[in-house]
Amino acid sequence: MDSSTDRIEQHILLRAPLERVWHALTDARAFGEWFGMALDGPFVAGQPITGTIQPTQVDAEVAKLQAPHAGTPFTLYIERIEPMRVFAWRWHPYAIEPGMDYEKEPTTLVTFELEAVAEGIMLRLVESGFDQLPAARRDAALRANAGGWTMQMGNIEKYVAAH
Amino acid sequence: MSASAPVFAALGDATRLRLVVALCAGGALSIAQLTAGTSITRQAVTKHLQVLADAGLVQDLRQGRERLWEFTPARLDEARQALDTISAQWSAALTRLQRFVES
Repeated sequence: MDSSTDRIEQHILLRAPLERVWHALTDARAFGEWFGMALDGPFVAGQPITGTIQPTQVDAEVAKLQAPHAGTPFTLYIERIEPMRVFAWRWHPYAIEPGMDYEKEPTTLVTFELEAVAEGIMLRLVESGFDQLPAARRDAALRANAGGWTMQMGNIEKYVAAH
Repeated sequence: MSASAPVFAALGDATRLRLVVALCAGGALSIAQLTAGTSITRQAVTKHLQVLADAGLVQDLRQGRERLWEFTPARLDEARQALDTISAQWSAALTRLQRFVES
């Protein structure tokens, strides 16, 4: 099922060497630094990995917004690691309600694909499977981000405009 | 665009388009109201409504013994809104990755 509400697709051009981008994505420690997670070990295809939300070290403003959720546990179910090309995992998006058990709920699939282009590396991100999520989870995603997210976007805009 | 195909496919039929227009203008309507003044059968209208319902464009509701149909922009809007929020988060995360690898 691939409806208008089932997936998110984004891409971004990274002016950096392929190896550096691949490392940032698939080295659990590097990944955690920009994403805002502390992971309990390396990414291994076919294996789940646990971690907690930890404020990003890349952006102080964003880190402030992530701070209230610091320590929230989560699991990534690593699906594919195809060196320099594809990295994919499943997770429970917005599984941040304390004490709530998300194990029985369907997961979404997050896939990163890298492609070398003239100017650098094109990174494509797809997250799919939202149609399978209970309606209440979509609402939770909205509630979790009301307000704070607008502020975060403003910060990014400021940064991009200044650099 | 291709992701919106099911909605466009559902609307890509003169009868269904007419039904949606009627429901947009008239609130919840019964099959009898929807077929009044047309040559189309109740069975055909029911089938078309089911196609629209599968695409999330209409839903039926019971009112007493009557089954009414209504246009449902809200469901689609809500789903989209949730995705927009999650999409914005990814956008920010990718911007952080960009800073991380380009610095």
